[in-house]
Amino acid sequence: MIKTFLRAREAILAGAILLLLALIAIRFAGFIAPANLANVFNDTAPLIILAIGQMIVILTRCIDLSVAANLALTGMVVAMMNVAAPGLPLIFTITVAIGLGTTLGMFNGLMVWKLGIPPIVVTLGTMTIFRGTIFLLSDGKWVNSHEMSAAFKAFPRAMILGLPVLSWIAIATILLFTLILSRTTLGRAFFAVGGNPHAAVYAGINVGRTQFWAFTISGALAGLTGYLWVARYAVAYVDIALGFELDVVAACVIGGIAIAGGVGSVGGAVLGALFLGIIKNALPVVNISPFWQLSISGAAIIIAVALNARAARTKGRIILKRAEHPA
Amino acid sequence: MTARIIPDRLQSPLQRRLKSWETLLLAVAVAIFIFNSFASEYFLNAWNLSDATFNFTEKAMIAFAMALLIIAGEIDLSVAAIIALASTAMGAAAQIGASPSVLVLIGLGTGLACGAFNAVLVTVMGLPSIVVTIGTMSLFRGISYIVLGDTAYGGYPAGFAFFGQGYVWWVISFEFVLFAILAVIFGVLLHLTSFGRTVYAIGNNPTGALFSGIRVARVKFILFLLTGLMSGIAAICLTSRLGSTRPSIAFGMELEVVTMVVLGGVSILGGSGSIPGVVIAAFVMGLVTFGLGLLNVPGIVMSIVIGALLIGVIALPRIWAMRRL
Repeated sequence: MIKTFLRAREAILAGAILLLLALIAIRFAGFIAPANLANVFNDTAPLIILAIGQMIVILTRCIDLSVAANLALTGMVVAMMNVAAPGLPLIFTITVAIGLGTTLGMFNGLMVWKLGIPPIVVTLGTMTIFRGTIFLLSDGKWVNSHEMSAAFKAFPRAMILGLPVLSWIAIATILLFTLILSRTTLGRAFFAVGGNPHAAVYAGINVGRTQFWAFTISGALAGLTGYLWVARYAVAYVDIALGFELDVVAACVIGGIAIAGGVGSVGGAVLGALFLGIIKNALPVVNISPFWQLSISGAAIIIAVALNARAARTKGRIILKRAEHPA
Repeated sequence: MTARIIPDRLQSPLQRRLKSWETLLLAVAVAIFIFNSFASEYFLNAWNLSDATFNFTEKAMIAFAMALLIIAGEIDLSVAAIIALASTAMGAAAQIGASPSVLVLIGLGTGLACGAFNAVLVTVMGLPSIVVTIGTMSLFRGISYIVLGDTAYGGYPAGFAFFGQGYVWWVISFEFVLFAILAVIFGVLLHLTSFGRTVYAIGNNPTGALFSGIRVARVKFILFLLTGLMSGIAAICLTSRLGSTRPSIAFGMELEVVTMVVLGGVSILGGSGSIPGVVIAAFVMGLVTFGLGLLNVPGIVMSIVIGALLIGVIALPRIWAMRRL
């Protein structure tokens, strides 16, 4: 029953996206040409990858505000490594990116698991620490396009079957985590921990360790995105992706992932990210000032969370509600 | 036999813990003060110290209201965006020649209106405050961007400068006096009134508070209004001090406010914390940024120190407690 419910919610969001595309197409038909839609998807790919990681963290009743800073730090490290040793094989660079991101995520996870510090406090702290560390490493300098090796920059843009590698990585991430969340013990544990932590303990699930793995996954994806981001835009500096963590959380909320944990799906997160990505790409095309983007995504978050709450409010404790709103 | 006095609050364990927290924080503040005096010859100068207070007065005003909100189990991440919107509203009014008193009313009114908007979404519609205020954060600042784009408002009337730049007596700035008065008001409100007790009750057990006859929704509504109002006051001070308004004004300040509240010993899970703790935390953050600034440490490196302080101050007592067990 919950499954049909979720499916319906995603159907509503997918419908909203189609409606949005239709509205844009009225003003500018070229936007919905397949080639342009592929561009929009490619442009949204980093948001999709991060939203999937964030979704898993939110499923376990946590939040990771450090993803954007993790991305920026990892990106800077691999960029500086590339400048220092341009000949290093690409697979090594990617391994370092994922490894560093994973380590940073594990640090968040350990703080939450072993010390029981609230996730919002931990990641608020590590967010500023990671950002500051970039400055310490780079001395505030930029790593520019001409300093990076050609192979380093080319990888996310290389075309395979008509789509850039960046898009393929997003697709692979979607498939991988759809499988993990539905077919593995750990995947089901994420839902169990968020849905009812006490019941999860009785079912033999270690709540803290599950949350630790959620942060680790989020960190690994942020690290991978760090390399892809820096390579795609061919620049690394202290402030890349500043404030992007809020876009990532917004994508999750719009995608119907309950901030109280336990409810959500990879499909929802992806649709939420696409919704934001389409708005961002469409505004200049339909002649609306890009300065509208921020308030539109804010309004979208509020509407999405209001709709989700309405949908979830059917069952429940009637006695309490009467007490709360006396007739 | 004399009548036994029934305590109306938990005396020993909770209070002792809070006391030790604030003592620890005070020790940190004093240590930073002493360190700074030795590290830079410019530190122990009345005017320099007075300048340093501007680092935290505006944030602390919001932090007082935010502390109450977090103790009650909610959070407001839109405070910096409220500053942006209130500042934009004041700037627009200044362009058509509004007087300073009208500007103040507009600032306070915008803050209250934004607070009320958050309050309706959270208390009437029952939505989670963290998501709602992430949404309104984009919405409020987004409106500023729509109005201003890449331009800025300036040209505030001369009398308006007093709020952010005026001095009441010698080196004591108007902002600092306002900060002190608000600290006392919020301290009394939280610690000495029945309203304050209900805030703790709601944070510790909302259902229990409801069954005890506390109007949970109404108290939360008032707290969101207060946070909006304080953001409006901070917007007046900040706008007056800077003398101009850009849509990016106070960007990221919500996180510094939350850091200040948590550093002050307020539990992010709700139910405990104190205003004196927040006051000391404000001084700690102000002294750290000012002292490092005198040593030519760039702002972003200061944020490492603040971030490490936030995690360390919470983690160390827990690690220590685990060692003792």
